[in-house]
Amino acid sequence: MLLGHGSGGKLSAELVQQVFLPALGNPVLDRLEDQAIVSLNGMRLAMTTDSFVVKPLFFRGGDIGSLAVHGTINDLAMGAAKPLWLSVAFILEEGLSFDVLRRVVASMQEAADRAGVQIVTGDTKVVEKGSADGMYINTTGIGLVREGISLSASQAQPGDAILVSGMLGDHGIAILAEREGLRFETEVKSDSAALHELVATLVEATHEVRCLRDPTRGGLSSTLNEIAGSSRVGMELDEAAIPVREEVRGACEMLGLDPLYVANEGKLVAIVSAEAAKSALAALRSHPLGADARIIGRVTKEHPRMVVMRTVFGTTRIVDMLAGDQLPRIC
Amino acid sequence: MKYMDEYRDAKIAHGLAAEIRRRSTRPWVIMEICGGQTHTLMRYGIDEMVGNSVELVHGPGCPVCVTPLEMIDRANALARQPNVTLVSYGDMLRVPGSETDLFHIKAEGGDVRIVYSPTDAVELARKEPEREVVFFAVGFETTAPAHAMAVLQAERLGLKNFSLLVSHVLVPPAIRMLLQSPRNRVQGFIAPGHVCTVVGVGEYEELAREFHVPIVVGGFEPVDLLDAIRLLVCQLEEGRAEVENSYVRSVQYTGNRAAQSAVERVFEVSDKKWRGVGEIASSGLRLKKEFAAFDAERKFGLASVTAEEPSECISADVLLGHKKPTDCSAFGTRCTPEKPLGAPMVSTEGACAAYYQYRRHLVTL
Repeated sequence: MLLGHGSGGKLSAELVQQVFLPALGNPVLDRLEDQAIVSLNGMRLAMTTDSFVVKPLFFRGGDIGSLAVHGTINDLAMGAAKPLWLSVAFILEEGLSFDVLRRVVASMQEAADRAGVQIVTGDTKVVEKGSADGMYINTTGIGLVREGISLSASQAQPGDAILVSGMLGDHGIAILAEREGLRFETEVKSDSAALHELVATLVEATHEVRCLRDPTRGGLSSTLNEIAGSSRVGMELDEAAIPVREEVRGACEMLGLDPLYVANEGKLVAIVSAEAAKSALAALRSHPLGADARIIGRVTKEHPRMVVMRTVFGTTRIVDMLAGDQLPRIC
Repeated sequence: MKYMDEYRDAKIAHGLAAEIRRRSTRPWVIMEICGGQTHTLMRYGIDEMVGNSVELVHGPGCPVCVTPLEMIDRANALARQPNVTLVSYGDMLRVPGSETDLFHIKAEGGDVRIVYSPTDAVELARKEPEREVVFFAVGFETTAPAHAMAVLQAERLGLKNFSLLVSHVLVPPAIRMLLQSPRNRVQGFIAPGHVCTVVGVGEYEELAREFHVPIVVGGFEPVDLLDAIRLLVCQLEEGRAEVENSYVRSVQYTGNRAAQSAVERVFEVSDKKWRGVGEIASSGLRLKKEFAAFDAERKFGLASVTAEEPSECISADVLLGHKKPTDCSAFGTRCTPEKPLGAPMVSTEGACAAYYQYRRHLVTL
């Protein structure tokens, strides 16, 4: 097992295809969306699980606790589900300070409260010193899927518009900066946030949303490549339209990283019909978490499964999925 | 002036491209020798912008790509030793050796760590005296000063557990070798901007004079490179063969004296094998005898680790600009960034990786 298998790129996809699906496959799992949707007594429930192993535990704009709550809420929200209940399982390293644990738990409660979800069950394990990097958290979430709407990465169609809800790359850079002790003139904060209300605003404005995804590990590029692959369509992006904060651009330059591959924790990608693009954009922008939303491209029947970008110069290049983790360049 | 904005301005870029197309009366063959510049050219489609007025050929400017196979094997051998911490720049971890790469060795339990700067490696050695810390010191002239400083710092601190595994290459001998080859088609060179920031411009003047070939020092932003190409085309059209500096915001004629002193203190020039290319005389750096204690090859007796190159990889031809990555029968099929046959595909600065990452939609695989 390589680190790359967990980075959300090609190796991760291979792992799912080659190990998990053959053993565990079933009609619900096989859909491979951000959440599983199951039916019970005429209701559709969404369920999702996520583990959080972020290092350092505390960073500008959040901590592992709020990250866990937001992350799981968002996976439910991407299925147009109202998040209702979370479970939380802690794996704690022997020697972890109680103060750190209390701070994380308080942060989780605050995030859950703000989002209107309840943490209803939990578990704790303690492992030997040297494991778990302080703390790992797993959260599982359950939500109720909104009636009359069905989202999927396999529903993108040629002509659809591709939108993002705001500036890309904040979270990944904030973490990297904290971890490497890098200081920039203007500090970059993680964008960690719960997106379910933003999603509600969007789906109330238009029914023609095909797919929602939050571009976490692997960044915008991995997410778009996954959707293009699932829907068997191509995508064309306009580089000039992709919103990235100047500080994040600068940090990426210094570190030899591409913002399109950097993780986000408070952003969504929306694929909507061409006709609905303008109202979708307006809906996103009407909410504080979508103030910087942009239309960044469209779905096409050309070059299926490939995401191609028009550069600021009018030339074209592929936005490929990474194999593993992005490695900063030498010189 | 924010550099990133001005030097990526589309209007300025298109203006330069138009000027290049206007001035050029035939498809001049121009080579850059820097992985970072290759990356920019591909990413922004500068070859598309200049069209048929210039043929852009990519040289052996990727330090990861030209690191000899046996050096990778030596690094792997060290990383497998239980008391050794192998510290490296990130890009080296995915380069395939004869059997495996550092990422896999790390996964199997080898202590392999990524750093941005060699001083982090010195710090590690200081903090963990029971570990043998070896820094994989790879690069052109650009990274040599930092590596030299790391050795001097380790010496000052009296560290006994710090060493470098050195694989440094020099650009001018590579240009000389290219120009001396009967197969050479390159008519003008873009000199690498950060190498020249360190070493200055003098050595390139010798080459320009001796071989009557124009050389322009170029930067890394698209406008920098278009400007360098423009200056080369003007020289070629006018029959001149001079050295011009287009990267004045970073490069001075004499380079950085302090950086050069550090390198001269610690390293000496040696013959060096380049992966895929073979041995080029006086084209590498090695640690001087008085710093033998910091030389991992001497310290750990690695000379016996030798290697054979796999035969399908045409990296030599790609690195020397004789073939394009897309000319390779394995490109994009048997050789991809996930399963590379050779270094130019695995390093993000390699020509094959750049073509695969940005351009394969224009090629039928």
